[in-house]
Amino acid sequence: MCYYNKVYNLQEVMLMLFKSHGGVHPNDMKAPANEAEISTIPQPPQVVIPMSQHIGAPCTPLVAVGDEVKLGQKIGEAKAPVSAPIHASVSGKVVAIEPHLNNLGNMVTSVVIENDFKDTPAETMVPATAEALESPEQIADIIREAGIVGMGGATFPTAFKITSGWGKVDTVIINGAECEPYITSDHRTMLEHPEELLKGVQLIMKACKVDKAYFGIELNKKFALDLLNFKGAKEMGIEIVPLKCQYPQGAEKTLIKTITGREVPPGGLPANVGCSVFNAFTAYSVYRACYEGWPAIERVVTVSGSAIAEPKNVKVRVGTPMQWVFEQTGGFAKEPWKIIMGGPMMGMAQYDLEVPCGKGTASLLAFAADEDRTVENPVCIRCGQCIDACPMNLQPIFMYMYEEKGDVEMLQKLNIMDCVECGSCSYICPGRLHLTHAFKTGKAKVQAWQAAQKAKEEAEKAKAEATAPAAPAEEKKEEK
Amino acid sequence: MNEDRKLIVSSSPHIRTPRGTQAIMLDVLIALAPALVAAVIFFGVKPLIVTAVSVVSCVVFEFAYRKLMKKPSSTADLSAVVTGVLLAYCLPYTFPWWAVVIGAFFSIVLVKQLFGGIGKNIWNPALAGRAFLLVSYAVLMTTWTDGPDAATYATPLASLHAGKLVDGGLNAVWDMFIGNIGGSFGEVSALALLIGGAWLVYRKVISLRIPVFYVGTVAVLTLIFSRGNNHIMWMLQNVLSGGLLLGAIFMATDYCTSPVTANGQIIFGVGCGLLTVLIRYFGGYPEGVSFAILIMNCCTWLIDQHTAPRRFGVAKGKKKEGAKK
Repeated sequence: MCYYNKVYNLQEVMLMLFKSHGGVHPNDMKAPANEAEISTIPQPPQVVIPMSQHIGAPCTPLVAVGDEVKLGQKIGEAKAPVSAPIHASVSGKVVAIEPHLNNLGNMVTSVVIENDFKDTPAETMVPATAEALESPEQIADIIREAGIVGMGGATFPTAFKITSGWGKVDTVIINGAECEPYITSDHRTMLEHPEELLKGVQLIMKACKVDKAYFGIELNKKFALDLLNFKGAKEMGIEIVPLKCQYPQGAEKTLIKTITGREVPPGGLPANVGCSVFNAFTAYSVYRACYEGWPAIERVVTVSGSAIAEPKNVKVRVGTPMQWVFEQTGGFAKEPWKIIMGGPMMGMAQYDLEVPCGKGTASLLAFAADEDRTVENPVCIRCGQCIDACPMNLQPIFMYMYEEKGDVEMLQKLNIMDCVECGSCSYICPGRLHLTHAFKTGKAKVQAWQAAQKAKEEAEKAKAEATAPAAPAEEKKEEK
Repeated sequence: MNEDRKLIVSSSPHIRTPRGTQAIMLDVLIALAPALVAAVIFFGVKPLIVTAVSVVSCVVFEFAYRKLMKKPSSTADLSAVVTGVLLAYCLPYTFPWWAVVIGAFFSIVLVKQLFGGIGKNIWNPALAGRAFLLVSYAVLMTTWTDGPDAATYATPLASLHAGKLVDGGLNAVWDMFIGNIGGSFGEVSALALLIGGAWLVYRKVISLRIPVFYVGTVAVLTLIFSRGNNHIMWMLQNVLSGGLLLGAIFMATDYCTSPVTANGQIIFGVGCGLLTVLIRYFGGYPEGVSFAILIMNCCTWLIDQHTAPRRFGVAKGKKKEGAKK
């Protein structure tokens, strides 16, 4: 296939010409991996599957050491609504259940399975019946049982997102922006599995009880955009929306604003404005769960970065250690200086290559030391570019000042809690200030302060109530 | 399996724009180059010497001050070079070298470094240095000599200050546009300054807000309240004379001393324009640009405080309500 012959229509050209709100334009660095077809790598001899791969309650293991497990067998489950079950990504024998380091730097109970390389499927890995796929409740159930979470990296349980949106959501948005540089896994999925992807979107629409979906794709994936249109997206009620290449185009709130013009209120959820956003790979996972019976045990991962010998897109089973993936994809060309799980703008830097890939791992990046642009003495020159870059209309320059001073009240006044930690301000800062980092700590400070404030208020209230008959006037004053 | 490898673990984002402070300052220097070329064409090599003296003394003062105060050196960011060039540009090319050094000392040490260096000063160092030299060495600062014959003559600005149009009609305006007039050597060529400004906008070093609203305000005000019978001519001569374009493009847009918010920059530009016209019309000095910008510099923090962008997800009218929560 040829990906270079790009002819843009008028709408797309206008999109590219005009500045939209906020954001930055890093070099997308997708070229090296864009042409690499999704390939498979040999399975690792052992997988480490963390029992917490989603936002919400961690799972409890359903297996014991010594048990034989089959491919796709459920090995962990939590009863809480905001959670997703976890499945064995290989068949074999459970050799240990112990805490392991995960991608967030926490020690998490993990099931270690020794691979027997047979991939014996579990009985549960069967396609859903045609009638089951007619009912929203049953689709949501299949999605829940398959352990599908937001595959873009946020790992919010998909089934919960669907069921909690019933009655509120009128628009489904599929996020194919893939605005983070380097990552091409969603792009390759769109190119190689367009029909499956569209069927997945249809299932999500049905599950959400909505008949209109927007599929946002950045214009650097022009070919994928046209391909999905060619495959009949329109007839399915799916509108493919070309998006300007701009980071963070794929951030949930930004994407909703770009596509529908609606703004999610501070502290609110997309459902507040009738939207529900799903990652493109999530849609593909939904397809696999419903039509092939595959739970979320495999993800396409982009392996790229300046230290990588040969950028690739590979299918990786959940629980595969990073080290294995790097080794099987050709290893390092240069000495890695920083290794990141996820995108370069929001991903997590890793220090131990034994950390396993999870459901939401879209990319593994290794950078050589020449990517280092930090300086010894970051100095703000008041250029104000951070204000222009912030997609949330915040003022990073002043937030940083007050964070340094530890002025929590001012931080709150400047709406620091609205920060989505997209990293645009840090990226654009010519003075190389660590803005995003400061806001992460600043948010924690504000949260602690709010909790303390609340506790104080409650204590005062309790005290006032205790002394209420004696001093009713004082109580009234406080109420005001 | 784990080799003994040293990996950096830091908070996201892990990539940064290649354009750091030094790259931005370099762009400003490139943008300033055409004006120097024009000055050399019209005045000979002397402007080069004044510029060199100014730049070298600014860099030396900055380096020495940081060294003495045991602060990390900041000369590599090139901001002292920019200050040096800008300071030189608002001087007559006949200005003695020792006075240039004094001006550079005032700019760098008193105005910039005593406040904490780049990003922390309240006033534009170059402009404050010029204002200091103007009140200290008024005669030297306003002695305009023309080329080798060294005859003293009036600048267009002095003529305008007296309420009189410069004679010569369109020819005079053309001379003012290309820079064939008297004045501080970096200010004379509007063409060269506009080329520089276009480069800054193209490289996204500055936005158009401050320059457009500054020059626009001056143009509108001088058109409405014109003195003399040809309103358009009066407006054009006001816009092209003095340090207006140098000020609007290079000084009022100084990152450190101008507002950072979009609306703030518009207010700042309009304020500068208003003050410039007021000073030119009613002030004691013929030129109002430097004092106008210095006065607006004082208001920068105040403007920033009242022009915060609308909070995402909150309608415009409800801005305060959202902030309270």
